[in-house]
Amino acid sequence: MSGAPLRNFDTRTAALDVKLLRREFPVFDAHPDLVFLDSGASAQKPRSVIDGVAEFYRSEYANVHRGVYALSARSTDRFEEAREKVRAFLNAKDEREIVFVRGATEAINLVAQSGGPAFLQEGDEVIVTELEHHSNFVPWQMLCQRVGAKLVMAPIDPTGGLDLAALDALLNARTKMVAVTHVSNVGGALLPVERIAQLAHAKGAKVLIDGCQSVPRMPVDVQALGCDFYVFSGHKAYGPSGIGVLWGRYDLLASMPPWQTGGGMITTVTLAGTEFQDPPHRFEAGTPDISGAVGLGYAIDFIEAIGRDAILEHEEALTGYGVDRLSRIPGVELVGAGQRRLSILSFNVDGVHPHDVGTVLDQHNVAVRVGHHCAQPLMDRLGVAGTVRASFGVYNDDADVDRLVAAIEAAREMFCR
Amino acid sequence: MMDLRELYQDIILDHGRHPRNFHALENPTHLARGHNPLCGDRVTVYLSIAGDRIADVSFEGRGCAISTAAASLMTEVLKGKSLAEAQALFGRFHAQVTGGDPGELSPELEEDSERLEPLTGVKAYPARVKCATLPWHAFEAALKGGLQGDTVKTE
Repeated sequence: MSGAPLRNFDTRTAALDVKLLRREFPVFDAHPDLVFLDSGASAQKPRSVIDGVAEFYRSEYANVHRGVYALSARSTDRFEEAREKVRAFLNAKDEREIVFVRGATEAINLVAQSGGPAFLQEGDEVIVTELEHHSNFVPWQMLCQRVGAKLVMAPIDPTGGLDLAALDALLNARTKMVAVTHVSNVGGALLPVERIAQLAHAKGAKVLIDGCQSVPRMPVDVQALGCDFYVFSGHKAYGPSGIGVLWGRYDLLASMPPWQTGGGMITTVTLAGTEFQDPPHRFEAGTPDISGAVGLGYAIDFIEAIGRDAILEHEEALTGYGVDRLSRIPGVELVGAGQRRLSILSFNVDGVHPHDVGTVLDQHNVAVRVGHHCAQPLMDRLGVAGTVRASFGVYNDDADVDRLVAAIEAAREMFCR
Repeated sequence: MMDLRELYQDIILDHGRHPRNFHALENPTHLARGHNPLCGDRVTVYLSIAGDRIADVSFEGRGCAISTAAASLMTEVLKGKSLAEAQALFGRFHAQVTGGDPGELSPELEEDSERLEPLTGVKAYPARVKCATLPWHAFEAALKGGLQGDTVKTE
């Protein structure tokens, strides 16, 4: 196999070695003092992904599924190998269930626009939660408006987690789709998606899970979760931007009409009509993001070399340390995350606007996200205009949390004297 | 690294904490809203224009220290100005924070412009320039829209 050589980060016997891992991320060579706490928005890229994509362009690149020549066959092999890596990564049953898209946003729009009208009729209901990112909210809102269905929002409980009993009470025979996030992009709440899938299926509803924040951080087994669709973006999982994945149960994908049409997704085209390919190619019109898919394959290799159990353990410990340190700062209020929080901490500093906190943190070389995090319904519910959000990746450690805390203290010093 | 205190000068922190003219006008002749969808900041600018002059100006809203201070200082310099003078001040301020041609102002307006000087530190922070210009864009929209209550967005 070509591509960049990958170190063996075997962590079965030792804690995840952040210092060793940081050396795999060239961004920290360019910015040695950077405390990068915005992996929830997009993760930095390891050398194996950057070099692997470059090498693919240098020596193996051609269009896929088209050429009769050896290079095109090779490129196609690499593209389809990446699909198989994603299948194994999610423990999907069949690699035909893996559709390459631009990202989670496109994946959800695909299901809502292609599958939605087939699954949903006038008077039916779609349930989303207050924790959803706009990308798992607006496509359903548009769909409901289009077909005359009702969009229902399952609330959070006072601790900031999903109110599972309330969601259960909202489920009924008219519910046809339940779209929930696996891990909240605002407060890091880990949702009981397996249980949600059971409850939804008992009422005959389909379940789509937004895995953007979970896939980079924990083992994910779509068969064990029992959901119908699972989506994620490559760029949050150490892969290139512009590539993402829709996983769907094969029978459901096969029941959905094409979404975009064009080359690569047809079998026969005549003036009288067109016959379309089976999934996944039916949903991959035009030349796909070939190098993005190959790069995502390298990102998965990287994650698997560390081990998702090890990443989960590391990030949970770091999250615990972060919660502990932040909750000791006077005037800092953490957004709740229910029973279990993973890798994402949202907070406000009393008397200081999130944007001002962000600028002070930036001056201390601490990169965080500020604002509404594409979750305005949740911001309204929490009664805030926005928050400051710190989110972790495999390259972060306790020292990064300490730098964050010092920078917050500096912001308080400046604004709250 | 630029010293943060060049951005957050005392006068900015003071106006951010204790904004001046921070209320609605009872009988405005013009009003408009500004909204920065990126950070959720909102400002409403009220004007009372008599003839060619800004007899009174005030604002309400919620925002960061920069946008609150910018709105507060704006209301202070605009009060009593003719519409042409107000436009000239905005032109100068906009040029200062975005790196455009500052142009010439009359000696009296130069004095007002100097009062806005502390805000020009934002030009070193591209993500924050819109915070400083938001209230001015709302002011401009109010002039154009009268009492329609238009909303301008920064994006």
